[in-house]
Amino acid sequence: MYSFYGTWPWYISGFLIGAVMLLLIYFGKTFGMSSNLRTLCSISGAGKFSDFFRFDWKAQRWNLVVVLGAMIGGFIAVHYLSDGSGVNLNPATVAQLNEMNIDAPHGNLLPELFTSKETIFTPKIFGFLLFGGLLVGFGSRYAGGCTSGHAITGMSNLQLPSLIAVIGFFVGGLIAAHFLLPLIF
Amino acid sequence: MKFIKYLLVGILFGIVLTKSEAVSWYRIYEMFQFQSFHMFGIIMTAIVVGVIGIQIYKRNNVIGLDGKPIQIADKEKGFKNYIIGGTIFGLGWGMIGTCPGPIFILIGAGFYGIGIVLLGALIGTFLYGLLKDNLPH
Repeated sequence: MYSFYGTWPWYISGFLIGAVMLLLIYFGKTFGMSSNLRTLCSISGAGKFSDFFRFDWKAQRWNLVVVLGAMIGGFIAVHYLSDGSGVNLNPATVAQLNEMNIDAPHGNLLPELFTSKETIFTPKIFGFLLFGGLLVGFGSRYAGGCTSGHAITGMSNLQLPSLIAVIGFFVGGLIAAHFLLPLIF
Repeated sequence: MKFIKYLLVGILFGIVLTKSEAVSWYRIYEMFQFQSFHMFGIIMTAIVVGVIGIQIYKRNNVIGLDGKPIQIADKEKGFKNYIIGGTIFGLGWGMIGTCPGPIFILIGAGFYGIGIVLLGALIGTFLYGLLKDNLPH
């Protein structure tokens, strides 16, 4: 039923993501991707403007290496481990996308609308991607973590603050998916 | 070569998130429409595995690779920053369908347009650094 080159089943994927987090804890580190955004700001000289960025970012180099690996992993998965049979959505989802004029997957991970050179530099899509990214960056730092730090690590460690943050993630996500997207597209 | 293990874990992470399609804008949209169990299954399985693994670490006082007993810092107490920050994050996540990990993974996979999202995320992080003392926490 499942092919190695198609969509990996949720139970294998979830197990491996849990394993990644447990491995990093075993190495004495904490799984958290959004911290790298702060590190990148510090490297770029943001410490001149706020003491939030004046910290020992060199102690975070291991996390940048994880990110580099993740980028390589994404490259390997897309170029060598995919047969184009993935992203089979619920037909109801595809119908809704159609109403918003967002192209159906046809095996692609992202809509053409958000990836093609012809569309991403239009003011609307450029602004959409930039502003969406801004909310993700601002919100994850404000909440002290993102999906990896709160939803996976914090929840696994039974942290109440992480549960509050994850509730926020879903409140925001539901508002965006049900009200903002139909408004924008 | 102490960094090689982080590189390998990162590669595994990137492959799993791509092959599970957790990096896909479509899957995040479908999740927020409650039209598929896929993403919920991934997150819940990861948490169940994580809870069991962390309990094993803690109850057996497992020694980490650095020779010290494994310790996981508790998150700071708070409410407003978690709920407000979390909701702002969620608004972005629901729009562009990429949380910070997938932003990097997708760029690595060759979706260079997501560089615009990364730029936005860096600006957002920078703005938080500028404004944090004026925000409710």
